Amino acid sequence: MAVPATDTPRLTRVVEGRLLGGVAAGLARHLGLDPVVVRLALMALAVGGIGVAVYVALYFFVPTDPEEKEHGEADSRRKGRDLSQVVAYVGLGVGLGVLFLLFGGVFDPLLWFVVFGTLGGVILWQHANPSQRDEWMTSTVGGAGAKGVMRAGAGILLVVVGVIGFLVFQEQLQNARAGLTFAFTVLAGIALIVAPWIIGLIRERDQERRERIRNAERAELAAHIHDSVLHTLTLIQRRAEDPREVQRLARVQERALRSWLYQRPADADTTVSPALERVAAEVEEEHGVPIEVVCVGDCPMEDALTAMLRAAREAMVNASKYARTEDISVFGEVDQEEVLVFVRDRGTGFDMDDIPEDRMGVRGSILGRMERHGGSARIRTSPGEGTEVQLRMPRTSEA
Amino acid sequence: MRTPGRAGVPVAADVGRVHGVADESTGFSDGGAIPRVVIVDDHRLFRSGVRGELGDAVNVVGEAGDVDSAVHVIGEKQPDLVLLDVHLPGGGGVEVLRRVLPRHPQIRFLALSVSDAAEDVIGVVRGGARGYVTKTISGRELAAAIVRVADGDAVFSPRLAGFVLDAFSATDAPPVDPELDRLTQREREVLRHIARGYAYKEVAKELFISVKTVETHVSSVLRKLQLSNRHELSRWATARRLV
Repeated sequence: MAVPATDTPRLTRVVEGRLLGGVAAGLARHLGLDPVVVRLALMALAVGGIGVAVYVALYFFVPTDPEEKEHGEADSRRKGRDLSQVVAYVGLGVGLGVLFLLFGGVFDPLLWFVVFGTLGGVILWQHANPSQRDEWMTSTVGGAGAKGVMRAGAGILLVVVGVIGFLVFQEQLQNARAGLTFAFTVLAGIALIVAPWIIGLIRERDQERRERIRNAERAELAAHIHDSVLHTLTLIQRRAEDPREVQRLARVQERALRSWLYQRPADADTTVSPALERVAAEVEEEHGVPIEVVCVGDCPMEDALTAMLRAAREAMVNASKYARTEDISVFGEVDQEEVLVFVRDRGTGFDMDDIPEDRMGVRGSILGRMERHGGSARIRTSPGEGTEVQLRMPRTSEA
Repeated sequence: MRTPGRAGVPVAADVGRVHGVADESTGFSDGGAIPRVVIVDDHRLFRSGVRGELGDAVNVVGEAGDVDSAVHVIGEKQPDLVLLDVHLPGGGGVEVLRRVLPRHPQIRFLALSVSDAAEDVIGVVRGGARGYVTKTISGRELAAAIVRVADGDAVFSPRLAGFVLDAFSATDAPPVDPELDRLTQREREVLRHIARGYAYKEVAKELFISVKTVETHVSSVLRKLQLSNRHELSRWATARRLV
């Protein structure tokens, strides 16, 4: 850890590179020593039992490094089964064992109650650590509450068992009873006084968090609206004298907003329905005639379907340019065996027999293109009746 | 509400797109009274806009801007039809349906929304609305839709038809109740034409059936949509969150 000597880091528990609680590593960083030195020193102290006590105390009272937390987490988990960590645990165990011996042997139940109490304390303190509590709350949304309560319950139980057991085996319970009653009464009284305040604090905190999330959402929304909607509205005001342009702008904005609000997961490049919608959107933008697209079903793109979309596009362009209609309906249907696209307008229509020269596009880019790719096209039209182009393309691959 | 003399009613065409039949009157049943309508929408501007556009075609007897006042006004005025916005403060259009329909099953609802989201569309139709149109609809088309719904028929826009086709075909699972969970070939055919932008009358001509039969098919689809318990239906709507 390359830390300039002038700038002594605050004493924090280190997450990255920790073996147990990150106490030794943090201490080493604080003191500018090699962690191994600190660990050895702690181990040495542990032989007398003091080391363990110091370690546990530091573990409780020294906070983890908040900045390091995020990126260090995964890493330290991965190192969880590291050999050196095992060694550290063994060291801690040995230290505890020494403590046991000092107090009079493994079979002294008294010690076990001390251990129980300590264990419960660890659990409760962990629980009380705000950063970790937040982590539980946020990472596991559903089970977090129950898990937290369970942990707290287990911790309290252990502490209570430890304390009462300790008293029982010291044969102090009788003497302590009066004191206990007193203590409990006082505690209960304090709890009554403090509880509403604590609950208020918790609520406030939750509220704050919700508010924060809401604000973030609002900011994003505001940014989006500013970038798109406000911009379009400005343009519309400037082009107010050109109704067609105004309508076009409004439609474009509407579509953009819709796709933003009701985002569809599908990708326009890989499946048919969104691709058809995109083609329609492009034609609409180019020619200013609203095109209403309804799609049923979806399937992956194929070469033949790409050709079909081109033909559909041609049909839409024709309808936009020549039909003199207010809007165009496009219906796409993906079947088990085939894909159908209908492009319909209620415009002027025309007589198939005397298609003007400049509209040979119908033959070439619609009929011809469909047939070349194994599909078919039908055009139903007559003057005054509008036009419907029906495209049919068999699917080659079953999805 | 379904008057026996319905045969004489000019077909006002499908909603959402009526251009080709523009010259056709949006007339009402010859003997039928002008429908009494309550407009429920939280945008006052929109309410007055609709009121103006509808003109004399319908008799607007009340307005409301949220769920509670809607329930109150509808209960008081007992209109033939309620023009119901999907998004309303206080629980949305669905909530109005939930609170009004059990007490006044004779009142018809036509849903109106800017949203094309499948969830909204399917939700409000399953809640009891007999039709769904988007707010971009012209006044004339809206009047036509109102008459149609007030007469007891269903109004399907091309998009709603597309949704229904999608929802009912999007499964390989065997239907729980074949009567309700499956569309007949004919119903499917009718819906496909509506999705293609055909008016009821055009669908009838195309399929060599009467307009009456088209209406029957659409109403039957509506019933299936409302009564089918298939969870594919709701699952489909959620999965497709949007359009």
